[in-house]
Amino acid sequence: MNKPSNVVEMTPETNLGDNSTAAYDIEKIRADFPILSREVYGKPLVYLDNGASAQKPRQVIDAISEVFEQYYSNVHRGVHWTSQQSTTAFEGGRSKVAKFLNAPSENEIIFTRGATESINLVAHSWGRTFLKAGDEVIISHMEHHANIVPWQMLRQELGIDLKVVPIDDDGNFMFDEYENLLSPKTKLVAVTHVSNALGSVVPVKDVIEKAHAQGALVLLDGCQAVPHAAVDVQDLDVDFYVFSGHKLYGPTGIGVLWGREDLLNSMTPYQTGGEMISSVTFEKTTFKKAPHRFEAGTPAIAEAIGLGVAIDYVQAIGLDNIAAHEHGVLQYATERLLTIEGLKIIGTAKEKAAIISFDLDGVHPHDLGTFVDRAGVAVRVGHHCAQPVMDRFGVAATARASFGLYNTRGEVDALVDALEETRKFFG
Amino acid sequence: MFDELRDLYQEVILDHGKNPRNFRRPEDATCLAHGNNPVCGDTLVIYLTLDSDERIQDAAFQGQGCAISVASASMMTDILKGKTATEAKRLFEGFHNMCTRDDFDISQLSDCDEDAIDRLVMLSGVKEFPIRVKCATLAWHTMQAAVSGDEETSTE
Ligand SMILES: Cc1ncc(COP(=O)(O)O)c(C=O)c1O
Repeated sequence: MNKPSNVVEMTPETNLGDNSTAAYDIEKIRADFPILSREVYGKPLVYLDNGASAQKPRQVIDAISEVFEQYYSNVHRGVHWTSQQSTTAFEGGRSKVAKFLNAPSENEIIFTRGATESINLVAHSWGRTFLKAGDEVIISHMEHHANIVPWQMLRQELGIDLKVVPIDDDGNFMFDEYENLLSPKTKLVAVTHVSNALGSVVPVKDVIEKAHAQGALVLLDGCQAVPHAAVDVQDLDVDFYVFSGHKLYGPTGIGVLWGREDLLNSMTPYQTGGEMISSVTFEKTTFKKAPHRFEAGTPAIAEAIGLGVAIDYVQAIGLDNIAAHEHGVLQYATERLLTIEGLKIIGTAKEKAAIISFDLDGVHPHDLGTFVDRAGVAVRVGHHCAQPVMDRFGVAATARASFGLYNTRGEVDALVDALEETRKFFG
Repeated sequence: MFDELRDLYQEVILDHGKNPRNFRRPEDATCLAHGNNPVCGDTLVIYLTLDSDERIQDAAFQGQGCAISVASASMMTDILKGKTATEAKRLFEGFHNMCTRDDFDISQLSDCDEDAIDRLVMLSGVKEFPIRVKCATLAWHTMQAAVSGDEETSTE
């Protein structure tokens, strides 16, 4: 059985700080998430589908209610009190995102509907302005469809080439192959920071350094990275960074595109309309600078404010503390899952975030999902919007447990028990 | 732990899931269709051999999927042999309603083959698991597509 080398031997009793310690008060954290105390099918809900979307703490839920109950209005448009309040809170959300990513300027934070829209925005506004036939965009074999299809569309439209960095049998990004693909034709490297299907962490700093040495820009898909570790866009020296709010304990319908200010202001608008223009006459329209250039129309106001509160929430716990906690849960889960006969973990990269894809011999993932669901355990089954990854490992689908800041080793045990029972049922 | 699941995952269904019948590609098939369920990655190919009276002489399938979708394809191919395309369509409609409608009345199918009805009733246990209805009906949708000459179909 393939066991990742970095997993330390431990017994279920080994304490990795899972239960209440001064540094990480898991019970207090769990109490912040109302949904975690509910039951499904008469069993406690064990929510292990954080990679798809994370649950929301009371603080975020309350903040959103407060917007609508206390001061809601459209932003940037009214001289009245509610509009001023809403605008201040909305722009406060932007400022929190900027600090969260250590962005040099708040103007570099563009609110979108989510990572999908952020990537489409770059493909549209940067790609159509700066790419031409024969230019190359490099992606990796473990991209989410959201970071594949927009580039394929540009290939069709502009005649650019798309190059794919392979992954090895453990799901590691193959750096040597990446270096071989880089050339003066490379204009953009668009890769995931952490794979949603495998959990692999991509060595993004080295990726960026090599890309820049060739004069190429780098876009990182940070959807699965920001909930698990602190990200500093200046330290990374990256050019574009995208993520979705809902995977970071924030609301749906809000996401972020961060881009270097000079780059953003050199790009054409994405959508056009209200809010994004300096002046309009029937002869000529001039556009505002970033971020407003890319935020046509009324934005997701309460959602942006909610995202800011979600960021406050994770920062109050501390991304480093979250990373340490999740790493403990990941190690424990890896160890425990491998005790199940016929269970194979898909994705055993050297460095992983708290995501485990697996296959259980003799049980199709879809049946597995239905069974563990009855035990109250929510896992994702399917191709995780990463079909090339499934093809690479020769499977149509996997089951995936993805952990968040509130998951415990007791919940891992619930998953393992449910899987043992499922295996027996199909046995 | 899984008592409620026994209604759906009965021995017969598990057996068809593990040892599917008619799992082959007939040389003389007159029509076929590919079916896929993009949500879970299930893919099936249904092969039918129709004679000049539109009677199904042979039905078979290949592909991969969960226990429910494989069992459904396995049972369906058994059931269809000897039936006309019109009868097949009626069974499909009956089965679909069985899986999705509260007001389904089994007497609508009283003139159909009793053994076929029993099997379909067993599979219609997916009604309690709405997300799995597509698993049970994929083979039937694909069969219908094969009869009408659409080579690709999807449950989405
Ligand atoms: C790595 C990765 N990229 C992109 C996305 C797309 O995010 P959204 O659906 O929120 O736009 C996801 C979400 O599943 C993801 O995991």
